[in-house]
Amino acid sequence: MSESLLEIRDLKMHFPMKQGVFQRTKNEVKAVNGVSFTVNKGETLGIVGESGCGKSTLARTIVGLLKPTSGDILFEGESILQYNAKEFHRLRRNIQMVYQDPFTSLNPRMRAGDIISAPLKAYNQTDNLKNRVLELMDLVGLKAEDYHKLPHQFSGGQRQRIGIARALALNPKLIILDEPVSALDVSVQAQVINLLEDLQEELGLTYLFIAHDLSVIRHISDKVGVMYLGKMMELSESESLYKNARHPYTNALLSAIPIPSSAREKKRERIVLTGELPSPSEPPSGCVFHTRCPFATEFCKGNVPAFDVDEDNSPGHYVSCFYPMDNKREEFARQ
Amino acid sequence: MLEVKNLKAHIDTADGVVKAVDGVSFTIKPGETVGIVGESGSGKSVLAHSIMQLNPKPPTFYPEGEILFEGKNLLQLKEKELQNIRGNEIAMVYQDPMSSLNPVFKIGDQLMEAILTHQHMPKSKAKMRAIELLTDVGIPDPEKRLNAYPHQFSGGMRQRVLIAIALACNPKILIADEPTTALDVTIQAQILELMKSIQDKYGTAIVLISHDLGVIAQMAEKVLVMYSGRIVEKGSVEDIFYHTSMPYTWSLLRSLPQIDAESRHRLFNIEGQPPNLIHPPNGCNFHPRCPFATEQCKMVDPELTKRSANHYAACLLSEVEFKEGKKRIENAEKEGGLKHV
Repeated sequence: MSESLLEIRDLKMHFPMKQGVFQRTKNEVKAVNGVSFTVNKGETLGIVGESGCGKSTLARTIVGLLKPTSGDILFEGESILQYNAKEFHRLRRNIQMVYQDPFTSLNPRMRAGDIISAPLKAYNQTDNLKNRVLELMDLVGLKAEDYHKLPHQFSGGQRQRIGIARALALNPKLIILDEPVSALDVSVQAQVINLLEDLQEELGLTYLFIAHDLSVIRHISDKVGVMYLGKMMELSESESLYKNARHPYTNALLSAIPIPSSAREKKRERIVLTGELPSPSEPPSGCVFHTRCPFATEFCKGNVPAFDVDEDNSPGHYVSCFYPMDNKREEFARQ
Repeated sequence: MLEVKNLKAHIDTADGVVKAVDGVSFTIKPGETVGIVGESGSGKSVLAHSIMQLNPKPPTFYPEGEILFEGKNLLQLKEKELQNIRGNEIAMVYQDPMSSLNPVFKIGDQLMEAILTHQHMPKSKAKMRAIELLTDVGIPDPEKRLNAYPHQFSGGMRQRVLIAIALACNPKILIADEPTTALDVTIQAQILELMKSIQDKYGTAIVLISHDLGVIAQMAEKVLVMYSGRIVEKGSVEDIFYHTSMPYTWSLLRSLPQIDAESRHRLFNIEGQPPNLIHPPNGCNFHPRCPFATEQCKMVDPELTKRSANHYAACLLSEVEFKEGKKRIENAEKEGGLKHV
């Protein structure tokens, strides 16, 4: 199970900001700024972060919609950035994506059946096409009579099911889900999450699950990575991250979430962050989080913390902070 | 202070009459926070807009009911009298901070407009008041910021400006319609803290509308749960979260992923979709999706009945039946769907 499927090495995606008559590059938006992680076969890696932290850019870079500035992406041990068009086409059937907004990610003039069969046609798998599509529709819980319906005739949850069926059509190994449930109502969100879990078990899929909702991420992920301003702040097994978060940012995020239970809500201590997300075109010096970090020191302003792991005390738990919050929690509470 | 009695707000459409709000009653006392929770399409926003009388008429009409604010029925007031209440005594904060400010006017002008519409004072004094308001909502350097345009503010800052505008005339009731839905969690925490501190300072009653049960648990004292245009359960926060007395609220709470869960188990599935409000189902509106539904539920429309002191729920099941039903489902889950890590 621990075989690596996708490996990201120091990935950077910088967008140039062009200005003036000659469109000279004045500055860069560092959307993804040095991110590394591995996704093993059959597991779910959750990526969580606030808007503007670069999580969607990361997804778009992996599926080849954007060409990264530097770094490497390895799929089954092979670097995919060197691939030519033909090789890339062959690879892409193994990496599929489900998008956030079920209202705009489906062509309003195509029927459900045609939407789901589009990837099959692109790869010339047209034998028994209709049967395969009906099989996929059944798999995601759509009815056969929905085949000829147009997207506007479906509800949000059903549309997301069409998007999932489309992603499954070519039997991919990896599915990248970019905020797949954030546009849905609570009761429908639960249906889609359960469906995704069933499909993973049935088909042995690997998920890269991107969301801003920490509760959803915790529910579905084996491993979780927390991003802030284009960098990975913390990465670990889900249990370890939620029970013993080491980065102050993760702690702040966790404490900011309202819990739907008034007693537990009242018991909690909060770290309320002041200020707002800095602009990714001018990230702060040193640790990018120091401008909002309640525990930042002078040292944090000048030095960039390494993405490191304390193998003795918390193996496999990476954190990018000079002062991880292992034993300091009580100390800070007292202050 | 505010009393809504059997309010019905229906909307005329080409396909038929949508019963967006269908017989809702509740009261708001000075200084308290009432949370209204429900999924999209449950009628929470139409209800909020009815209190402000902001629903366009036609197509919206009010076939029945009363909204009494300090003894006056808002449904029968003339537009001019309403103007005196709207923004002055009852103010509203909207969901989308990106589109509820006018992009071509400066923040200061928009704030002063709210002040000068209802209060007679010289402009210089209004400006002082505007600065005071921006300080109240935690905007640094308020004098300079008066001359800024909305696009120069981030989402969280714009929401602070909207709150400042709503507070301009010291309203008695502040209606906040999904005030933090468009914001990130850390910014959401800041805005919720701000609303609490403002309530402490001015004693404003807050009606907080949200789909997020977590936000409601954190903020509200009294909770109304809405489903397809009706209140299906109302009571104190403790009643709703710990003595849940009807299947919809119960299923909704179970379908949420828990951030502090001990083990990972399957989320509870509420089958199907919310009903069509033009042709709502016979009997109880929730019966097609309800895991407890009986034959009787298909015929009889339940009314809100008293469960304890201030706790009301709309369900035909008796307490014993509901308890047994819950046990049945929990056992089935243990045998079948439970998935531990």
